Amino acid sequence: MPKGIRDKVAILGMGCSKFGERWDMNAEDLMVEAYIEAIADAGIETKQIDAAWLGTAIEEQHVGKSAVPLAVALRLPFIPVTRVENFCASGTEAFRGAVYAVASGAADIALALGVEKLKDTGYGGLPQRGRGTVNNMTWPNLSAPGSFAQLAAAYRAKHGTPPEDLKRAMAHISVKSHDNGARNPKAHLRNKINIDTVLNAPMIAEPLGLFDCCGVSDGSACAIVTTPEIARSLGKTDLITVKALQLSVSNGTEAQHNSWDGSYFATTRIAAKRAYAEAGIESPRDEVNLIEVHDCFSVTELVTMEDLHISPEGRAVHDVLDGFYDADGTIPCQIDGGLKCFGHPIGASGLRMIYEMYLQMQGKAGQRQRQELPRVGLTHNLGGLPHQNVCSISIVGHYDG
Amino acid sequence: MTYGILSYGAYIPRLRLQRKAIAEANSWFNAALKSQGKGERAMCNWDEDPVTMAVEAARDALVGQKRDGVSALLFASTTFPFLDRLNAGVVAGALSLPEEISSNDVAATQRAGTSALLQALAGRGDTLVVAAEKRDSKAASPVEMQAGDGAAALLVGEGEPVATLLASATRSADFVDHYRTIESGTDYGWEERWIRDAGYMTIVPPAIASVLEKAGLKASDVTHFCMPAVLPKLANTIAKATGIPDAVVRDNLHAVCGETGAAHPLVMLVAALEDAKPGDKILVAGFGQGVDALLFEVTPANARQTGRLGVKGHLARRREEANYNKFLAFNDVIEIERGMRAEADKLTALSAMWRNRGAVTSFMGGNCTKCGTLQYPLSRVCVNPNCGAVDTQVPEPFADKTGKINSYTADRLTYSPDPPAAYGMIQFEEGGRWMMDFTDVEEGDLEVGRPMRMMFRVKDVDTQRGFRRYFWKAAPAGGSAGA
Repeated sequence: MPKGIRDKVAILGMGCSKFGERWDMNAEDLMVEAYIEAIADAGIETKQIDAAWLGTAIEEQHVGKSAVPLAVALRLPFIPVTRVENFCASGTEAFRGAVYAVASGAADIALALGVEKLKDTGYGGLPQRGRGTVNNMTWPNLSAPGSFAQLAAAYRAKHGTPPEDLKRAMAHISVKSHDNGARNPKAHLRNKINIDTVLNAPMIAEPLGLFDCCGVSDGSACAIVTTPEIARSLGKTDLITVKALQLSVSNGTEAQHNSWDGSYFATTRIAAKRAYAEAGIESPRDEVNLIEVHDCFSVTELVTMEDLHISPEGRAVHDVLDGFYDADGTIPCQIDGGLKCFGHPIGASGLRMIYEMYLQMQGKAGQRQRQELPRVGLTHNLGGLPHQNVCSISIVGHYDG
Repeated sequence: MTYGILSYGAYIPRLRLQRKAIAEANSWFNAALKSQGKGERAMCNWDEDPVTMAVEAARDALVGQKRDGVSALLFASTTFPFLDRLNAGVVAGALSLPEEISSNDVAATQRAGTSALLQALAGRGDTLVVAAEKRDSKAASPVEMQAGDGAAALLVGEGEPVATLLASATRSADFVDHYRTIESGTDYGWEERWIRDAGYMTIVPPAIASVLEKAGLKASDVTHFCMPAVLPKLANTIAKATGIPDAVVRDNLHAVCGETGAAHPLVMLVAALEDAKPGDKILVAGFGQGVDALLFEVTPANARQTGRLGVKGHLARRREEANYNKFLAFNDVIEIERGMRAEADKLTALSAMWRNRGAVTSFMGGNCTKCGTLQYPLSRVCVNPNCGAVDTQVPEPFADKTGKINSYTADRLTYSPDPPAAYGMIQFEEGGRWMMDFTDVEEGDLEVGRPMRMMFRVKDVDTQRGFRRYFWKAAPAGGSAGA
């Protein structure tokens, strides 16, 4: 096993735009909004950044290809800038690029920025995307809700879960996230909802109703990273460092081999195990204090609680309904409101999650601040479809060095 | 070894439009339709056309038959989706017929089906004859009320035929009872009384007399008279004029299916074969710019035809459709607002289609000769996590396998011509799976573990370029061809 990234890289500063229907903002404006906060927080100047990574996924809807849009928006001084795209993990991939650059010594200070401008499509929901010339010939015209809804069918079949029990736990997840989002000024959706609203909402893709789906928003988030030594030399104390960064990518097993039953994310299970090992975590249920997961749909969050090895297999419904993941529960999940209330500007989401960890660990999360400062936090992105996806997991925490 | 019809099959789409719905919607304009609002007509699902129906009818006919012996394919229709692309070629690909076969489209007349069958019976080698029809029609038109969509297929060749041809007769005449051109789009027809008197009654009886004379039989020897004609009692009038007993005039399936155009003589022939006893004499006529008359004798081998749905089985595989608007929308008679999601580009790269024809058209997967894992599609590296061997896969056909639903949804967000879009993971127990579209299924019928069979369907329609592409979809098993 490689030694890994643990405690080699510290977060120097972070920023996050207001998420929402930003009708008056281009993607470039959103980048600047997140960046201004991050650079001020870092206490450095733009010319001190050695390299940058841009995460965008549906670039044809806004900035177009390449890393040029980031360099232009921030007037980066002809430094190396790279654009990364890996479905919904694009933001975390940008972070991984910057962190690895610092850890390797290739850069002293690196920038990761994710952005997506989704609200220029003219219709609701995620934009239609190309799937590739050959895939288009055989794949269903599947939507994101239609793909993730299938988890519910397979989960019910595997665990014998009555449909109404599963639907109720899914509804609890959405109600919980709206409670949290209502306390976050940067969230898109800030309204509280109740169980009946979720259960009675129009059906989008059986069994996912409207309130089982996350919002669709514009937004950007940004991280500036460096070594712990440089961070200290710049006057930072109480460092938040990266403990683990893992990525697992489907290789066709789930899509083509009958060893996968459709009720869980094979990638998440693998990435989580590797991340815990990298971070030195033996019992995640006891050691992780806060999680932000990829709640594109309520059912995704539910099965992810098991795939992260926090809820035992088949027990997520009970943990959810017991309030284990509520803001005042044992391990709050989506204490910032999650994708549910922030929406999912693809490239920004992963960095937005890390931003919440960064705030909570420093006691800067305002109304939604956990009483006891979390020490170990996990973020999770799941991009693609349950049967073929990329899963990124990052673990951040207080510096032990 | 004798020459004749070796096997037969049919396909009638599952949806049956209630004629009452047509009449109720249109009788404000044409009051005469009120009295015609009885029974039902077969109606293609949005993803069906003559090509897909031909494939299903052929699969039905080929149950228990070796496909590698087929040396020719004749596809008859007046409603081919492609004007310049061999429609029979698509059918041959979907059936995984050998590349060495000859294949032809037979078109442009309502007797294209019988002419194709005659051509096959005159030839050598095993020939698959398939006829399919799906006619466009204007709202409130006679064709809309009388036509049905459907297909039939017959395998002709050496072996133990279920029926042999005793004699045939053909007459050609440029009698234009109706026509259809690119400009007209739909049928333009002349007065029915003239069609009856100057057309059918003048052209058909001499051909029947001729075929009986050639066979050395009397009209009273005929035990099944298949005479497609939508005009009420016309078949009986022809029988009377030629001495054929009225009791052997076969039902033209108007009440349950409608008239399937160029396919209808063969649909009626298949229906007759399903009922026939050894020694029966079946007379089938195809009328259109003349007439084909074919007289068959049924053999004892007919009793051994099992495992197919045929006309009867497909008529029983039925779902009533009372929504006339849906029929109009499926057939582009009305322009429905499909929403912005329907605007997604559906360009097919023809080069990629050709390169992937095995996987896409033939639903061919792979079988790893090292570990035995079946997989779809065939790929260079085995998908088995414990194998991963390179270049070890041989082609493995999946089209006739039955799979089971592993996961599913009914999606109301994505664009579908018939929402919700049902799709999910289909798992084949012996190995292999694919996330695929479902068809001919109701939302309430979806459940994990449900057996599903594969059907060849229109994947989507590229309205920008007038192209349609085909792929396989999963439909509830039971009532199936080959599965």
